[in-house]
Amino acid sequence: MTLMVFFGCTFIAFGPAFALFSLTVAKDAEQVIVLIARKADEGLLSMINHQSDPLRKHRIAYVSGLGYGIISGLFAMVNVLADITGPGALGLHNDPQNFLIVSAFLTSCFVLLNTFWGVVWFHAWDEKKWFNIFLVVASHLFVSLMTLLNSKHQYLASLVSAYITMVVMGALAFKTAGGSLFNIYKLFSRKTRTDH
Amino acid sequence: MSDEDADETTRLMSVESATQVNSSQVRDEGRSSRGRRSRRSQNEQNVYTDDREEEFDADEDTRTNQELGRDRRQLRVRDVSPRDSEMDEEEMLKYGAKSVMMLIVPVSTCMLVVVATIASVTYYTRSDGTYLVYTPFHEEGDITKAQKAGEAIANAFIVIGVVLVLTIILVLLYKFRCYCVISGWLVLSSLMLLFFFGYIYFQEVLKVYNVPMDYFTLSLIIWNFGVVGMICIHWKGPLRLQQAYLILVSALMALVFIKFLPDWTTWAILAAISLYDLCAVLCPKGPLKILVQTAQERDEPLFPSLIYSSTMMWTIGMADRDNSQDSKEAGVSKSQTNSQTDDVEEVRNATESVESTGENAEHAVRALGNHGEEEEPESGNDPQQVAEEEEKGVKLGLGDFIFYSVLVGKASSYKDWNTTIACFVAILIGLCLTLLLLAIYKKALPALPISITFGLIFNFATAELVKPFMDSLSSQQAFI
Repeated sequence: MTLMVFFGCTFIAFGPAFALFSLTVAKDAEQVIVLIARKADEGLLSMINHQSDPLRKHRIAYVSGLGYGIISGLFAMVNVLADITGPGALGLHNDPQNFLIVSAFLTSCFVLLNTFWGVVWFHAWDEKKWFNIFLVVASHLFVSLMTLLNSKHQYLASLVSAYITMVVMGALAFKTAGGSLFNIYKLFSRKTRTDH
Repeated sequence: MSDEDADETTRLMSVESATQVNSSQVRDEGRSSRGRRSRRSQNEQNVYTDDREEEFDADEDTRTNQELGRDRRQLRVRDVSPRDSEMDEEEMLKYGAKSVMMLIVPVSTCMLVVVATIASVTYYTRSDGTYLVYTPFHEEGDITKAQKAGEAIANAFIVIGVVLVLTIILVLLYKFRCYCVISGWLVLSSLMLLFFFGYIYFQEVLKVYNVPMDYFTLSLIIWNFGVVGMICIHWKGPLRLQQAYLILVSALMALVFIKFLPDWTTWAILAAISLYDLCAVLCPKGPLKILVQTAQERDEPLFPSLIYSSTMMWTIGMADRDNSQDSKEAGVSKSQTNSQTDDVEEVRNATESVESTGENAEHAVRALGNHGEEEEPESGNDPQQVAEEEEKGVKLGLGDFIFYSVLVGKASSYKDWNTTIACFVAILIGLCLTLLLLAIYKKALPALPISITFGLIFNFATAELVKPFMDSLSSQQAFI
């Protein structure tokens, strides 16, 4: 049972982050080191000049956001996870049974949120979009304050608000990185064309 | 105790092909002339064309090297003209990043092995009251924290003293070409590590997982494990296997340190050894600096059992010995490659003074021959290519592996994963910074100071400040 809970919570918490990492970062880890080793402005400059891929501009933002998110998620979750495997049982002091799974879902949400915030934040400072900066700070404050409800076992409120914020910030980050509904439509239409 | 493994090698060295413009130029010349001579003796008819080819190759090599050197100079003064060299710079950075990855993976593996062991095998965190001989103060009994700290510092001084003395002995042995003694020493220490500590490790793992095993099977396994390890480390073997064994040896040594050093002493030693590393590698008369310089002057690889290399270790030495079986030729090639330090002028001098240094070089080759006479000559077929392969690798002393792992393992022995992760990340950041400095200064650098300093700061900051905070946050399920 403990092992099942452990693996379940681990995969819930870090599954999306791990997928993002292995699909996007791990493949060209060398490039990431290059990007980070370089001075940020110089790197951005040369990337704009030399790379046709418009997404590259956001890579530093994305990678730093993801890295920050993963580390913060690990710090929040890892001791809880370590406790699961150890001796002891859950729910002794009138603790709710779904403590772990809520923690896992919130961790997963925060990893993704940090990634999106990273993308939006970097771009906002780059383009001096004050509204986006304000949005990032405000949404972060909002989600974090909502998690304070967890100590009163109001899990639904905090989870729903966190995930709604995540979806909104994800859409905003997608738009910031140059995405649009038309892009998605094109992606799918191209896929169907190749299928035929 | 075989902690010489740990001690003599706390340096990070790199022989990037692009960095040593002049020296590789020199080496190419030396090599081509050596090739010329041997070919002349073998086959009189093809000499001329061969020479032409060799010269052409050498020319091209020097040209590319010069180009690379120019890029690098531009890299240094990139504030002046950043645009021109952007692509080359990107190449350089990519190259550097590749070397970072080639070191990050083994270092992480080593640390993960140690952390996994510490987390699962309680033997290595349990204090049995037995400690290394080098730490006479045991921090036990009813003593105040000040006394404990004093004992830890005293222990650290003693250990550093031992390390210093052993390093000096090693350097002296190397300086006077007592290769037999050194290799005997290294073989003995790795023998003990692989067999004895391997046995203890295996036994404890079996105990933890409650697996019964008879002594016959166990001895068979240990024998196979140890002998393959000895062959891979000291003679030859697949590169991956060699690297795996070097990582394993470092992990075993780190576990021994964690087990047999008193609690506070470990931290004191970590701080002291990084300071020692800084001095020994960078001081003008530092023992490790002398060791590296001597090895570079002699154009030999340092002992393969002490240094993790991202490429094959022993090939260049073999190729040299192989091609210079004739002692006269050896004299020429040796004295030419010896003087690869700075200028082309020096080469001319060396070629002029071939006759005078010939005897010395002959002696050196003899010593080398003794050192590794059983090595097979066949893989030295293409010395130039092999040497280039060799030059691309980045080398990290096993001592660095060991002390990184000691730090992370010690941090994880307090059963707090936040601290472990923090130390892990700190050490990797330190390693990256060291590699960055390596790209800037292009000489052997100590790999411990930055990483260990970061690791110590992160460890204590996380354990004292971050962990209580994160613990109360995660118990309240508040996320920030």
